[in-house]
Amino acid sequence: MRKVSRLSRFNIASLALGLAFLYLPILILVLYSFNASRLVTVWGGWSLRWYREFFNDRAMIEAAWMSLRVAVCSATIATLLGTLAAVALSRGERFRGRTLFSGMLYAPLVMPEVITGLSLLLLFVALNAERGFWTVTIAHTTLTMCFVAVVVQSRIGSLDRSLEEAAMDLGCNPVRAFVAVTLPLIAPAIVAGWMLAFTLSLDDLVIASFTTGPGSATLPIRIYSEVRLGVKPEINAICTLVIALIAVVIVIASLASKLSSSQGESAAPL
Amino acid sequence: MSSRRIFARPARFAAIAPYVWMALFFLVPFAFVLKISLSQTAIAQPPYEPVFDLTAGWEALKAAFAALSVDNFRLLGSDDIYVFAYVRSLTVAVTATALLLLIGYPIAYGMARLPKRWQAIAMVLVIVPFWTSFLIRIYAWINILQHDGLLNQILLALHLVSQPVVWLSTDTAMYIGIVYSYLPFMILPLYATLAKMEPVLEEAASDLGAPPWQVFWLVTFPLSLPGVGAGVLLCFIPIVGEFVIPDLLAGSNSLMIGQTLWLEFFTNKDWPVASAAAIVLLVVLLLPLLLYERLQKRQLEQGR
Repeated sequence: MRKVSRLSRFNIASLALGLAFLYLPILILVLYSFNASRLVTVWGGWSLRWYREFFNDRAMIEAAWMSLRVAVCSATIATLLGTLAAVALSRGERFRGRTLFSGMLYAPLVMPEVITGLSLLLLFVALNAERGFWTVTIAHTTLTMCFVAVVVQSRIGSLDRSLEEAAMDLGCNPVRAFVAVTLPLIAPAIVAGWMLAFTLSLDDLVIASFTTGPGSATLPIRIYSEVRLGVKPEINAICTLVIALIAVVIVIASLASKLSSSQGESAAPL
Repeated sequence: MSSRRIFARPARFAAIAPYVWMALFFLVPFAFVLKISLSQTAIAQPPYEPVFDLTAGWEALKAAFAALSVDNFRLLGSDDIYVFAYVRSLTVAVTATALLLLIGYPIAYGMARLPKRWQAIAMVLVIVPFWTSFLIRIYAWINILQHDGLLNQILLALHLVSQPVVWLSTDTAMYIGIVYSYLPFMILPLYATLAKMEPVLEEAASDLGAPPWQVFWLVTFPLSLPGVGAGVLLCFIPIVGEFVIPDLLAGSNSLMIGQTLWLEFFTNKDWPVASAAAIVLLVVLLLPLLLYERLQKRQLEQGR
């Protein structure tokens, strides 16, 4: 017989403190973005002043637009390639160079970003490619497709194979069985993978700094150069907007994964 | 005949596009890093002497090979700045990973003991900060830790200190930033193994008379070791090469290797030395990287 609750007071305290530690700094940042006063020490009442300042900041808006385009493009390509990679790894059995393939896919997940960024830049320079939108997009695709592959692969791993077998017993060829049976089942994971790729791209500073060219800074690059000069309320406003955008993305992703878990045992990674 | 077999052939074709992409944009670039780390610095654009010129024919290629030099690596070994940077990176990573384990374990343990329905909610709550921007999370701490920031205001109001404490540009701030940013990476693998553990094992131990700390130390902790390993590697490897956190939160008198690499590259424009630094960093991380990869592979392919 299993006891109803095994929670000790220690467990509850560590959970509460842990969650407070994770969330308080972000809440404080959001709160101060609505502060009318320039000083952090003074609460000058609620105001949207810093948001107006952001929308009048031409360079910042341009950077934000660049970041959004890069994020959408790289996430889309990464989702396509990452899903293919996941299918190959979980259904492809043995093929030549499989170990190298999985190695290349898992290494970027933890590889320090300075190394990935530097190596890609050297490649682009050697190829004489003009640095800007496309080089950043390619760099982000390379990083984020690995995350997509892991998310999708763990979903495929939890699928019941007999469904595909049934489809093929009923006369589908493998590709048809995949499109008709497997694809709808892993669709939520693919959506979640896209969202993850999107936010990772939106977030990246180091790789973008290496691979972008003059005149095409992304939002994190602009924020970083401002932050180095000190705290500015306008940055709080921009950060709050980014958090809001990501929150919307998370809601969509969690709806997708809810759909996924209602269809079977879900193994949510990350 | 199993479906795996039938699927195998088309699935193998699925590998082609991502394979080519990763080879081109992940593997090949390392060859360039290696190549440039062996060439001489030059005041030019790009700022290094070309090592190979394939159009120049075989004789020229042989001459180029002869001109390869390990000077940049020798510089890394002889210049204290770099040696210190590597030592500091490893020290910071070890300390921060230990802190993460100490802080993350109780949280993961608490999560695993929640009723099933709450576990899902707790997991989402831990994952959400991972989705919000890295840079924003560090910036949030700058807000709190700055001279007239919230922390100093609270400490002053409680009369715990008589004048504002300097938090920014200290190692304390850097460790806070690292722990804050990497905590989800430590909690999730720990939680994954702890949640799978059979509660009867702990119950049996305590029924047989073991005090709680012994139950934990002899049963729970050894069983959670796979999660500990995954969490430690997932944090340790990227922290060694971390750039943003030490750059924004720690002082500038002792740099980590990620920072020196950045500095060599962007400020000193010494690409060959930066490349050599990257190669050394990669070699240092090779063992943990291989370990991590094996863990990841085993974990993902258990479902097969």
